[in-house]
Amino acid sequence: MGPLVVYEIISANTNLVMAFIIGIGFGFVLESSGFSSSRKLAGQFYGYDSTVLKVFFTAAVVAMLGLLFFSLFGWIDLSLIYINPTFLYSAMVGGAVMGVGFILGGFCPGTAFCALSIGKLDALSFIGGLVIGVLLFTEAFPLVEELFYAENMGTPTINEFLNMSRGTFGLILILIALGMFFVAEWAEKKFPREEY
Amino acid sequence: MNEDRSKKYLNPYLGGTLLGLVLLTAFYFSGRGLGASGAVKSAVVASVEIVAPTHVETTDFYSNYKESHPGGPLKDWLVWEMLGVLVGGFISGAFAGRLKLKVEHSPKITSKVRLIFAAIGGILFGFGSQLGRGCTSGSALSGMAVLSLGGFITMAFIFGTAFALAYIARKLWI
Repeated sequence: MGPLVVYEIISANTNLVMAFIIGIGFGFVLESSGFSSSRKLAGQFYGYDSTVLKVFFTAAVVAMLGLLFFSLFGWIDLSLIYINPTFLYSAMVGGAVMGVGFILGGFCPGTAFCALSIGKLDALSFIGGLVIGVLLFTEAFPLVEELFYAENMGTPTINEFLNMSRGTFGLILILIALGMFFVAEWAEKKFPREEY
Repeated sequence: MNEDRSKKYLNPYLGGTLLGLVLLTAFYFSGRGLGASGAVKSAVVASVEIVAPTHVETTDFYSNYKESHPGGPLKDWLVWEMLGVLVGGFISGAFAGRLKLKVEHSPKITSKVRLIFAAIGGILFGFGSQLGRGCTSGSALSGMAVLSLGGFITMAFIFGTAFALAYIARKLWI
C-alpha cells in the first residue's frame, strides 16, 4: 500500500533516488511538450497557443483520477498524502504576484529549469531572479509574516468546501476541463501563428 | 502547419497524460506532489548559511526552516527532483535537436530587454511562490490533483493575473 515511503517499503534514501527519477520524467515531459519555450508558454495568454492549459489540466485530471482509483482499489492511503494547506490571503496575493512574474518573465520555476537544460539563457536570467526573489522573502519575512499566516483554513479540499463527494467534484472538473479544451481549440484556429 | 507541429512537440493531451502519471508516481512512492520553487528555497537557505552563519542562527525564519529540513539541500526531495528535471529536459532536447544556447524573444524587443524582464519576472515569481506556499507545480498542479482548496485558489490567481495583464505586456511576446 502506498505511499511507499510512509509505509517504509522504501527507505528515505531510496525516496531521494525516486525524486531524481521522477524529476527526469517531469523534465522530459515538460520539454517534449514545448514548455522550454517562453514564447510558447506566454502564448497561452494571447490565445495563439493553449498548450499550457491542455497539458496542465489533463495532468491534474489524470493525477486526480489516478489517486481516486488507487484509493478505491486500496493501493494508496489518501489520508497520508500531503494536502496543501489553505491560507486564504497569502494564496491569493502570492498567486497574483506569481501571475505578474509569469506574464513578464514567461516562465514559472519548473519550466525555467527545463528551458535552462536545453540552453535558454533567458531561463538562466529568470532563475537568477528566482534566487533574488526567494532571498527577498526569507530576509523580509517578519514584514510579511502577518499576511503569510492570515486566514488559516487548515487543509480543506475543494469538494468538502462545496459539500460534495470527491467523485462528484472530479466529474465536474473533467467537464470543466473538456469545456476549456473546446474553447482552446477554437481560439488556436482563430489566432493562428507559426511554431516557436 | 499542424503536421510540422506534431513532429516538433508532443501532442499536448498525451503530454498532459504523461505528466499526470509522473505526478501520480510521486504520490504513490513519496506521498507528495511535484514542486520547483522549494528546491530554490533550499539552495538559498544553504547559501545564506555559508555566507552568514550567525545571521541564520539568530533569524527565526532560517532556524525554523533548518529545524523542519534537518538534512540540508542534499536530503531535500525537491532538490533531487529538480536535478532530475535538468537531466530529463536535456535528454528530450537532445533527441529533438533543440539543444542551443540562445535568448528567445519577440522580434519587437532586444535580447537585453528580454533578459531584464526575465529577471524581473523571476524575482516576482520567487517572492510570490514563497508567499503562496508553492509555485505552479507545487501549489497549483499538485494542489489541484489532491483537490486542495488553496491549490485551486492559487491556480486561479496565477492565471487570472497573467491574463489580466497580458494586453499591457503584449510587446514582450507578440
